[in-house]
Amino acid sequence: MIRLAVCLWLAMASFALALDPSEMLDDPVLEAQARELDHAMRCVVCQSESVASSNAQWAVDTRRVIREQVAAGQTNDQIMDFFVERYGEFVLMAPRTSGSNWLLWAAGPLMFLLAAGVGIGYVRGRSRAVQPATSTLNAEEAKRLREILKE
Amino acid sequence: MITELGHFALILAFVVAIVQTTVPLIGAWRRNPAWMAVAEPAATTQFFLIAFSFGALMWAFITSDFSLRLVVLNSHSAKPMLYKISGTWGNHEGSMLLWVLIVALFGATAAWFGNNLPPSLRARVLAVQGAIGLAFLAFILFTSNPFLRLAVPPFDGQDLNPLLQDPGLAFHPPFLYLGYVGLSMAFSFAVAALIEGRVDAAWGRWVRPWTLAAWVFLTIGIALGSWWAYYELGWGGFWFWDPVENASFMPWLLAAALLHSAIVVEKRESLKSWTILLAILAFGFSLIGTFIVRSGLLTSVHAFANDPERGVFILMIMGFFMGGALVLFAFRAGAMEARGVFGMVSRESALVANNLLLAVSCFVVFVGTMWPLVAEMFFDRKLSVGPPFFNMAFTPFMVLLGLIMPVGAMLPWKRASLTKAMRPLRYAFVLAIAIAGLAWAMQSGRSLIGPMGAFLGAWLVMGAAIDLASRTGQKFNAARLFRLPRADWGKSVAHAGLGVTMLGVAGLTSWQSEDIRVAQIGEGYEVGGYTITLDGVEEFEGPNFLSTMALITLSKDGQEIAQMRPEKRIYPVAQMPTTEAAIDYNLARDVYVVIGDAQANGGWAVRTYIKPLTNWIWIGCALMALGGFLSLSDRRFRVAVGARKAQPKPVPAE
Repeated sequence: MIRLAVCLWLAMASFALALDPSEMLDDPVLEAQARELDHAMRCVVCQSESVASSNAQWAVDTRRVIREQVAAGQTNDQIMDFFVERYGEFVLMAPRTSGSNWLLWAAGPLMFLLAAGVGIGYVRGRSRAVQPATSTLNAEEAKRLREILKE
Repeated sequence: MITELGHFALILAFVVAIVQTTVPLIGAWRRNPAWMAVAEPAATTQFFLIAFSFGALMWAFITSDFSLRLVVLNSHSAKPMLYKISGTWGNHEGSMLLWVLIVALFGATAAWFGNNLPPSLRARVLAVQGAIGLAFLAFILFTSNPFLRLAVPPFDGQDLNPLLQDPGLAFHPPFLYLGYVGLSMAFSFAVAALIEGRVDAAWGRWVRPWTLAAWVFLTIGIALGSWWAYYELGWGGFWFWDPVENASFMPWLLAAALLHSAIVVEKRESLKSWTILLAILAFGFSLIGTFIVRSGLLTSVHAFANDPERGVFILMIMGFFMGGALVLFAFRAGAMEARGVFGMVSRESALVANNLLLAVSCFVVFVGTMWPLVAEMFFDRKLSVGPPFFNMAFTPFMVLLGLIMPVGAMLPWKRASLTKAMRPLRYAFVLAIAIAGLAWAMQSGRSLIGPMGAFLGAWLVMGAAIDLASRTGQKFNAARLFRLPRADWGKSVAHAGLGVTMLGVAGLTSWQSEDIRVAQIGEGYEVGGYTITLDGVEEFEGPNFLSTMALITLSKDGQEIAQMRPEKRIYPVAQMPTTEAAIDYNLARDVYVVIGDAQANGGWAVRTYIKPLTNWIWIGCALMALGGFLSLSDRRFRVAVGARKAQPKPVPAE
């Protein structure tokens, strides 16, 4: 668990702790929108954290740009498109459903249906099966069994 | 000197592992008892050799022997003793040594306590276990030797990553490894059974204690890691769906599935080939986890010792064991004939549903973890898959699991009636709905997750209690309650634990509130009904760090609740800052305070979070682990295997 290590190390110089009060917008509604975006975007420097919790300088800048655009009245989608254009889809925490990504989103439900089909088939097979009559213990095991039962 | 002995012991262990892998396997094949019997002393010897080797490495860390490269890179003379010791496994080489130590430990326990196993099965199990040890010993000796010396020892070391200098994290890796590696035992049993060509009720019983132990250790390891993340990382997240977290979570899910399917094998002699496959896959996912952490294939913050050469080596190990086991499975699975017959509604079918949901949710985690790789390789898209995906794709399966669990747990074997099984649960259901409604009415937002978590929590806890009570007979009998088998208690406690964890997760994710502001010294302000007052800020020097500490008073309605001391620290040797959040723990909520930077115009940045029900997440994990231990201590795992199953059957005439 060396989470944050990279980011903290990169942030040595400034030692800011994620979002700083000085970065915040005055309007609480706009700030809330900006925070939602912070969480929806990945820091491209440390890669495993959102912009909201990252300390890297890139994340600080991104938070500032997000707030500028929010203040300018841009919608969430417009702002996300702005970043995707510049940094690629990698900046999005939630992968989009477009293109080949439908496979990712559908994988779980499809597998569930498949597995449910196989599972129901198996259970139905078992419910119609006939119980085999004999036990499969061999002589040596039967002897062991008797010993065990004696204990 | 001790270091060299440790190194030598490791090489000896390698040689012994070769013997342990080959001789008993040939012995079992040729039906030669003497050759088969080699397995036990070999397993014991291997364990003691590796234990000695590990002890030697730990000794080097304790005495700060800076002629050892590994100690220089990961330790420092000023470090507290606990972290000198935990430094032994806080790095790639040492953790691999711990890994094989545990492989050998599990092998040795099978040798020590496996007297009731048929000799050929036992020889084969130990041989497979020896092969796993052999592969990883080779990995250590050839690519990551912890015993390398430096020609010119420096005066002091480079210190352990300060984030790792924490009691919660000191024990996180050993528990995780006990879990990961514990699954190797289930794997060995599965492969041995495939070689043997036979899986029966007794096999199901043998494999269960080891799987259960592995699952309990994984539960503890994961919980420790998430608890550490919660209090150490400074914003109170407990799960990030990071590839490495997923790597530990997937074996956990599969181990839980295996645990349940092995019951069906034991009691009803069905689901045999599926159980074998699960045992193979569960350990496979452990290996994938090791591979992800150590190859740097996926971007993760956990990544340590990224080295392509090592990655390729682990990939080869994984390919060998998974490929070999799956090929064996393909050839032999047909021989595993199911015997039990059961109806569409029965305990068996409920356990099939349990396995289905756990396996599919594991699959979802797997796809989400691997998708960035797949998308880049095949679709030329560089993207990332984060928590929003997992929350959306994974949660529904857990909700379904929670919904059916109390019902499934109470269904009788073979043939059951749904209405009959649901009757005792109807009050629990109504009460759970009422609690969910109450949560819905009390919350301010329109989140569905909170009430759902409240429902599942209440439903699972009460369901588990009713299940336990119903075991005492038609009429509830309190005296008999404590005479029930420990396995019954274990089941109910673990099931209730899952409900408690679900409640905690839902409560935290849907009802937490956050406040970030500049606090002036002496001026109080209000967050979620609490008053936070920054009384002052102090600086002081710790044993190996410098700290800036805020003095904060937490109060409610003019009454002081707690003095809070959040810190930010700098570890000069490692050149790293950390945050030490101050948390006022409480069963209803945590108040979580973090101190930030001094502001240009006076005052300090202070972040406050109110986190409802958070502690229930880990209380639930503790309950699950406790349930596992209770089951593990059940009498029937200790008495001679096979005794119970035999009773209703006549001695066969052959």
